[in-house]
Amino acid sequence: MTVTSAGMPATGAAPSANGAAPAMPVSFQRRVIRTGLLGAVIALYLCMVGIVPIFNARPLVQGVISLGQAALILSLFATGFVATRRVAESSGRLIADGAIAGGLSGVALSALVLLGSVVDVRAFLPNASPVLYGILTFNLGTIGFWIPMAAGAVLGGLAGAIGLASPRMRRSLFVGLISLFALGLFAGLIRTPMLQLPVAELARLLFASDGLTLIGAVVVLVASVGLHHVQRTRRLDLQFAALPPSRRRRIQVPLIALAAVMILVLPQGLGSFFAQVIAIVALYVMMGLGLNITLGLAGLLDLGFVAFFAVGAYTVGLLTSTAEFGIAQWPFWAAVPVAVIVAMVFGAFLGLPILSIRGDYLAIATMGFGEIIRILAGSDLLKPILGGPRGIINIPKPIEVPPDSFLAGPNQIYYIALIGAALIAFVAWRLRGSRLGRAWIAIREDEDVAEAIGINLIQTKILAYMLGAAFAGLGGAVFAALVGSIFASSIQLMVSINVASLIIVGGMGSIPGVIVGAIFLIGLPELFREFSEYRFLFYGIALIAMMQLRPEGLLPSKIVRREFQHGGGDEPPESSASPLAL
Amino acid sequence: MNPTPILEVADIHVYYGNIHALKGVSLTINKGEIVTLIGANGAGKTTTLNAISGLVPTREGQVRLRGEALSGVASHLIVGRGIVQVPEGRRMFARLTVEENLRMGGYTLTRAADVQAGIDRAFEMFPRLKERRTQVAGTLSGGEQQMLAIGRALMAGPEVLLLDEPSMGLAPVLVDFVFDTISRLHAEGTTILLVEQNARMALQIADRGYVIETGMIVLSDLAANLRENDTVRKAYLGIV
Repeated sequence: MTVTSAGMPATGAAPSANGAAPAMPVSFQRRVIRTGLLGAVIALYLCMVGIVPIFNARPLVQGVISLGQAALILSLFATGFVATRRVAESSGRLIADGAIAGGLSGVALSALVLLGSVVDVRAFLPNASPVLYGILTFNLGTIGFWIPMAAGAVLGGLAGAIGLASPRMRRSLFVGLISLFALGLFAGLIRTPMLQLPVAELARLLFASDGLTLIGAVVVLVASVGLHHVQRTRRLDLQFAALPPSRRRRIQVPLIALAAVMILVLPQGLGSFFAQVIAIVALYVMMGLGLNITLGLAGLLDLGFVAFFAVGAYTVGLLTSTAEFGIAQWPFWAAVPVAVIVAMVFGAFLGLPILSIRGDYLAIATMGFGEIIRILAGSDLLKPILGGPRGIINIPKPIEVPPDSFLAGPNQIYYIALIGAALIAFVAWRLRGSRLGRAWIAIREDEDVAEAIGINLIQTKILAYMLGAAFAGLGGAVFAALVGSIFASSIQLMVSINVASLIIVGGMGSIPGVIVGAIFLIGLPELFREFSEYRFLFYGIALIAMMQLRPEGLLPSKIVRREFQHGGGDEPPESSASPLAL
Repeated sequence: MNPTPILEVADIHVYYGNIHALKGVSLTINKGEIVTLIGANGAGKTTTLNAISGLVPTREGQVRLRGEALSGVASHLIVGRGIVQVPEGRRMFARLTVEENLRMGGYTLTRAADVQAGIDRAFEMFPRLKERRTQVAGTLSGGEQQMLAIGRALMAGPEVLLLDEPSMGLAPVLVDFVFDTISRLHAEGTTILLVEQNARMALQIADRGYVIETGMIVLSDLAANLRENDTVRKAYLGIV
């Protein structure tokens, strides 16, 4: 309650500041109020669409704070932070402004609680339930209506105070909170394998079945801030870079070996669900690396990429299935090369008619191609061959093993998908540095000039489509084996969009970018299946935020990074150069 | 000097749809010459260059390099035959560095050593480019970009260099520099076909010139004579 009143003097302080500098404070005040109102809308939205109540089921720190509460706290804190950002003001004023903005957002929530106590609005806002009010008031009921208001003011004020802290302190705090959040989210994932190791007791101490324990939270905070401090003061990365290569290798090799062993034993430790998630990520990495050739290197936007995935999957299905539509009952390994080749043929088939189409038109044309394949796969026309909506079932697993083997079920697909992705990454990396890779980049940068320097546009473009298709076809082949069946409904425009998005989020033309993009856009949503209703909401938020904050992608390629680094160049243009001297 | 024609354009016709853009253009370029093609906007200068490079198809007539017909040879192969065009407006790979641009220019070279030799030669010719080796081409000044465009075209080791409006959009002092560069290339033995709107400068450095109007060659003579020609003086040099 005290802090709400701390908000009051600020409103009183406004007129006096008004006297000192006439026009400015008004706009400050307006900005604070505007941000506060915007924060209120966001906070209400979080509650109304059910994010707060549903996420509340998942603790971040056991018994202390849930994910739903964290979402609200984050929104209130962010409101205060945005309201006071980039404002040079006295310390008291900053805190007050933050408190007002945060408080305003809180008032909206308090109003919701009060409204809910008088009228039952659940008829049209099903999430405005007593459960939600309980979360907002710490189960005090209507008497606790002031809690959101007060919390908003406190959090907003804190956010304002952050602006006073030195950048170093702010950064440390930021790192600590991010680590807390990340480890809280993934506590279950880390705990499960630890329980099977000698460190089981430690795991129980730090992690609950979901979320951190209180002790764990403190340990994570202290450790992350401490590590951050060490890194900043000692610059371990620079020290490492300064080491002679032989010593560097002595550190690198064991680390790489450790990572390799961890990757190998991962399904044993985390169970087959997690292995399946990684296998799906690896599938998207394969497709992403494929599209990375067509789009990332050659600059040919292809929104029908799922077609090649479908061709690969159906080819494996037809050749290996032991059920109705299987035609050969080949082993998986014999079918895979055929699937890749058939996908390449389709790539050339797509490429030929659209050779001279550029830019936006290309996106539409390729999308049409993807839709044609999707509709054909489910059509009555091809039903006698592909099974229509019933699809092709009984696609055997690549390696026949007894059910208790470590290669049983999704685990073997995990390994196959990882090997496939690694193989494709290697091929993609080699292609990138090749003459063909340079020709692709030239076409992407300027098609006309590429032709003028002697690049065969037709051949180069067709090869881009074919190799992109080959990678996607391999992805589809592994997918068919993973699921054990292939249906027309698996081929969706959304797959194409996902693949294009993960390339853009990861960083156009960058191989590590594709991997990171797939982990973020495909892996994370798979891990948070319980919140799948909100998948596209967060997907959209993530895409917009990325384009705003980091348009070059998470791990951009060299060329793209240069473009976004304004003016580019490893060295700044010399100022001595007068324009007349060229 | 006994002139040996290296590039012959014999009565070529080019159509854009129904538009008859080139109506029988013929010109001859001898080894080691600078020949300029002057004319107003839309007269067909760039189209003539594009027809020689194979970037636009010719409906009639022939382009011959060292007596060999180029009709039907794909444009990307013409580079390998020894004709390289420096496109209008310089057209850098703006996001690539100076060195990467040069390397792209050597795309048709198959041996890495040849590429490196070409880059060294370009840096020797344009020390400025060497200083800016790692800079992104899009951030170069107009003059530097023109150097890079020429350097990139030279990477393929052309016998005939087609220059399309190299002085376009440059400050006067840079125009002088570009023409100096062309003279240097000429002195080193490169055969050049120069398309220019800046007829005065072009006729000063060229050996011979052609005047093109609405898709037809209307005049051809030694550059010195064209400079004195009344029609040329009125129409292209602005002298009454």
